[in-house]
Amino acid sequence: MSRRWRDLPFAVAFLAPSLLILSAFVLYPLGRAVWLGHQRCDATGANCRSNGWDQYVDVFRSEEFQQALGVTVRFALLTVPVGLALGIALAVLADKHLRGIGFFRTVFSSTVATSVAVASLMWFFLLNPSVGVLADWIGGVAKNPGLLRDEDTALWAVAVSSIWANLGFTFIVVTAGLQSIPAELYESARVDGAGGWTRFSNVTLPMLGPTLLFAGVVLTSRAFQAYGEFDLLTGGGPNGSTTSLTYLVYGNNSIIKNNVGLQAAVAVLLFVVLILLSALQIRGVERRVHYGN
Amino acid sequence: MATSAASRRWRTAGRYALLVAVAVVVLFPIWVMLVGAFKPGNKVLQDPLLPTSVTLDTLRDAWRDGKLGRALVNSTIVALIVTVAQVVTSVLSAYAFAFLRFPGRTLLFALFLATLLVPFEATVVVNRETVQDLGWLNSFQGLAVPFLATAFGTFLVRQVFLTLPKDLREAARMDGLGHLGFLREVAVPLARPTLGALALFGFLASWNQYLWPTVISTDDDWNTVQSGLRTLSQAQIDRPNLVIAGTVIVALPIFVVLLVFQRQLVRGLTAGAVKG
Repeated sequence: MSRRWRDLPFAVAFLAPSLLILSAFVLYPLGRAVWLGHQRCDATGANCRSNGWDQYVDVFRSEEFQQALGVTVRFALLTVPVGLALGIALAVLADKHLRGIGFFRTVFSSTVATSVAVASLMWFFLLNPSVGVLADWIGGVAKNPGLLRDEDTALWAVAVSSIWANLGFTFIVVTAGLQSIPAELYESARVDGAGGWTRFSNVTLPMLGPTLLFAGVVLTSRAFQAYGEFDLLTGGGPNGSTTSLTYLVYGNNSIIKNNVGLQAAVAVLLFVVLILLSALQIRGVERRVHYGN
Repeated sequence: MATSAASRRWRTAGRYALLVAVAVVVLFPIWVMLVGAFKPGNKVLQDPLLPTSVTLDTLRDAWRDGKLGRALVNSTIVALIVTVAQVVTSVLSAYAFAFLRFPGRTLLFALFLATLLVPFEATVVVNRETVQDLGWLNSFQGLAVPFLATAFGTFLVRQVFLTLPKDLREAARMDGLGHLGFLREVAVPLARPTLGALALFGFLASWNQYLWPTVISTDDDWNTVQSGLRTLSQAQIDRPNLVIAGTVIVALPIFVVLLVFQRQLVRGLTAGAVKG
């Protein structure tokens, strides 16, 4: 018996558990969602019937989907660049052999320990118009009706909570990236007379390329899949100003709450958006990234 | 050069000042939360930044009203099941992809990687249906089952297995070690640091699941800590410091876990970013 076939029983036995789970809870639901998404159901989610694939087009063009897509994109644009910049700043600040630096690193990493529910409720408490400290300090709209209840500020307020919660992750990843940059590079830059800023922009940033790509991709996909912060902080409101795509699918206040066909259609479109996005990100950034060894 | 010692000292002082300032900003929400959680309900408006009156009553009420004891037990059991299962399934499938030859290997591996592209949020609509049909709403099976295997874990462990020298397997074969023996005695021990990171990661990801338990646990007794916080925050919307006390109870165990396993955490988080 050739080697090619001798291992087969082992391969089947070893792969079966993973294959079973991934098929049943990743591949099958994706396929079934694509199928469900083209069915039209009545308002209670019953009496679904197939009606061609127009529903995807209709959903995509609908005002609700367009608004939710806009909210999601704006949320990503608010959280990812600021989150990355702050993560880099903190990591560079703490990248020095000083006494007690371990303490500061632990503090800067600490928000990684907060789940979305914990972080959101903390910020809900801070921003609460009646008892919140921040609401008191900021005053004005923060007191009445409250930053989370005003259409113009709600998404910003949610973004701040999310940036804070992700800061620990970005800090840890960028710190590890900084530590993998060879010290000789800084030395030779110094010999060449490069100042602090020049060393940062000519050595640090380019060498961090792969790290920043990774952190950026993770933060972007988290932003597009964010759900808990909208559910707990704003419930998608006011006036749909924080109804993201995920909230449109799963939220209690969503207008398609009981319509499985429409939920599936939006979920599939969210998947398509994410695929396009990661393709774009990887292609766009890869050209400018320096892969050191 | 003579002036540089003094200027370096100033620069170090400046950096410390900056470090302290940033640390204060980062810790500020956590501090306000702690102060609020230990305040009696009628004093919550007084001195929100200082623990001028301290009581354990608020924490006790949050524990009781939020059924947080039960939720902590549920979360722990689910996270442990998920952690153990993910390590086992990842090791097995990684071994198959790294050491076994069989037809269709490349194709299957590509399929595994493809599942990484599917966001969990896009599958919950159907997974809820599946779990409901299995009669697993409000159960440990229902909370854990979609997370028992991960392509990420498979990929991570396979990377480690691929770095093991080829002769190792040959030598083991000469010694009469079959695949199971080699897996148990050689491959797994050598991959232990990665498995530690994977385990911590699986535990955290499961513990922090938010959407899934809010969908699967329709009965409060089956809340995890995350969906329990949601229930508490909706039931006690008029008692903000009760909610924040519940948040402290939920946040605390994970802070402790991460302090203990800091190194595994860093290794896990950076596995995709930096080589080595």
